[in-house]
Amino acid sequence: MESSAVMESSSLLRWILLVPLLGAVINMIFTSYRDRKTAGWLASIALAVSFGLSLWIWFGLSSGTVLNDTLFTWIESPPFKVKMSLLVDRLTLIMLLVITGVGLMIHIYSLGYMGKDEGGVRYFAYLNLFIFFMLLLVLADNLLLLFVGWEGVGLCSYLLIGFWYQDHTNTIAANKAFIVNRIGDVCFLLGLFLLFWELGLKGIWTLDFVELKSHVHLLSTGRITLITLLLFAGATGKSAQIPLFVWLPDAMQGPTPVSALIHAATMVTAGIYMTARLHFLFALAPATLAVIAVIGVLTALFAATIATAQNDIKRVLAYSTISQLGYMFLAVGVGAYSAAVFHLFTHAFFKACLFLSAGSVIHGLQGEQDMRKMGGLKSYFPKTYWTYLIAGLALSGAPLTAGFFSKDQILWQTFSHGSVLLWFVAWGTAGLTAFYMFRQFFMVFHGECKVNDHLRAHIHESPTVMTAPLMILALGSIVTGWLGLPEYLFGSAWDHWLEPVFGTQVNGHGGVLIEILLMLLTVGLAAGAIYLAYRAYSPPWVGGLPYRLALNKYYVDEVYDSLFVRPMTRLADWFAQIFDMAVVDRFVNGLAARVQASSFFWRRLQTGNVQHYLLYFLAGTLFVLGYYLF
Amino acid sequence: MLSLNYYLALSALIFAIGVMGVIIRRNLIIIMMSIELMLNAVNLAFVALARSHGSMDGQTIVVFVMAVAAAEAVVGLAIVITVFRQRQTLDPQEMQLLKG
Repeated sequence: MESSAVMESSSLLRWILLVPLLGAVINMIFTSYRDRKTAGWLASIALAVSFGLSLWIWFGLSSGTVLNDTLFTWIESPPFKVKMSLLVDRLTLIMLLVITGVGLMIHIYSLGYMGKDEGGVRYFAYLNLFIFFMLLLVLADNLLLLFVGWEGVGLCSYLLIGFWYQDHTNTIAANKAFIVNRIGDVCFLLGLFLLFWELGLKGIWTLDFVELKSHVHLLSTGRITLITLLLFAGATGKSAQIPLFVWLPDAMQGPTPVSALIHAATMVTAGIYMTARLHFLFALAPATLAVIAVIGVLTALFAATIATAQNDIKRVLAYSTISQLGYMFLAVGVGAYSAAVFHLFTHAFFKACLFLSAGSVIHGLQGEQDMRKMGGLKSYFPKTYWTYLIAGLALSGAPLTAGFFSKDQILWQTFSHGSVLLWFVAWGTAGLTAFYMFRQFFMVFHGECKVNDHLRAHIHESPTVMTAPLMILALGSIVTGWLGLPEYLFGSAWDHWLEPVFGTQVNGHGGVLIEILLMLLTVGLAAGAIYLAYRAYSPPWVGGLPYRLALNKYYVDEVYDSLFVRPMTRLADWFAQIFDMAVVDRFVNGLAARVQASSFFWRRLQTGNVQHYLLYFLAGTLFVLGYYLF
Repeated sequence: MLSLNYYLALSALIFAIGVMGVIIRRNLIIIMMSIELMLNAVNLAFVALARSHGSMDGQTIVVFVMAVAAAEAVVGLAIVITVFRQRQTLDPQEMQLLKG
């Protein structure tokens, strides 16, 4: 992306993209012939190839080099031209490794989790298709191609949330996700059009990232603010921020590995990726950045409070995901793109690990998701217990885990670049995070076992094909954090790695001492919150108004329902029952009746008497003759 | 020699009589005779014009018309006979199968 970067062409890139697509297509064509096991292995191998290629590129990519692979020209309407072209810089490479690496773990885990499901082949086909679109999203070298991936992952998300479509609630959840995302997508598309149009007025017809970067300074700040706000509105849909976050908790109706892959590790981070990719544009709109920071921190707080009161094991994690995405947007908002992408990276590991561990528990309990019916499961799930603990610690920001370093970096950047108020809210949210995480942990694994006797006889730890990915991800939940050590330790390899993309990140002013002090404050708060969760893992304020508010998700769904959904359905009902009958039908039927009535009159001309016809014939001839003669 | 206009006026008159006959009369045979009348009115116009222009073309066409009229009369009368055998009448008003 750096204009000085060397552009190198590499035809390897297309194979990263095409191999998962091939896997998806083969699985789709042979859905009814292929058995689940072959389909699963095929999908996993396809992804392993992509992962291998990404690693290969990672080893070979020298500093300041950008790889490019043009497949064909997609749209040509001179002077405007869109190529089907892929681009890999260091930001893309990180995303590639997350998508294919974490994706591979989740594919392998799915072999065990979905091994007995009837729709297994379809499942793996969708999963591969999702990977294809997600890779297209991050590999795209222009905004239009990115949008194709953006829509594609939305589609796959819809397909996988409603995977068990026989259950009506699942299809409703899938529709909700799709429709809410659509609202965001419309904003995104408007932003894209506006950017295209405004640049076009300056004589530059392009959507290519490299060209955009060198030309956006031509636009006025007001226009850029509008464009970036629209693009961010798109991101609030895909990345589940206020006000469009409502779909993500419902998306938990899908299979658990899907929640881990799509609704925690990859797709929901598309908004973060998009803002990071267009950071040169957002940097020109300080007002938008302020909005992003505020929305981000509010979402983080809001979702964290809801998470403290939920009783469904996956919903807690869903709200936690929303909260963590809020952190990432906070980082974007204060201009710390590198920290945002770092948190995205570490979050992918520990949140995927948490979801998969939760899936392991659900699997062992034959589909039970209510935490109030669990408890004391430590002895039944010896491996899952540890992976859950490690990932939970990472999410809570326990020292030396991945979440500790990435979250701390965000908090520090917020403190030094943003405002103390933002920092304070984010800091408080860190405490809530530790609390809800360990409330869940203690509810599930410690205390008295509340599983009924019938079920208890069948509890089993998951097979190795599921626990092995858990352990790898748990390992990742610790070591990935060491890539981005703070300045006062060894300095961040991460920031250095991303320098060609984002430029040099100015480290916060204020000195090392304050940074360490803030870090200690955060750790202290998290430790206190964990202790509180241990003491009373049903909160002491249960039953109070704040608790009921959080339990019922602040009634956001109900408010949206009465503000938007119900007026819409009522309007649609009115159109269907009243307007359609009284106006549309009456018009169409009336027209038909008139035609019929008039034809009753005119049919009399058709006497069947040949002499009458001849008379008309004569009259017509005389008329034409008269017309020409006089 | 009479002027051309007399011939043409006579031709138009005969033609008009033919047309009226076709439209008004209630007997298929009379109608066919009226058609012959119209054809001969046209023949008269052709011959008169050929004569006045000093060209043989019109006269040639008249010979053709006569031949065709003869053929037409044969086919037409055959149809009339068949119709009469079928329906026992020659009144066109009785033949309204296509009435709307």
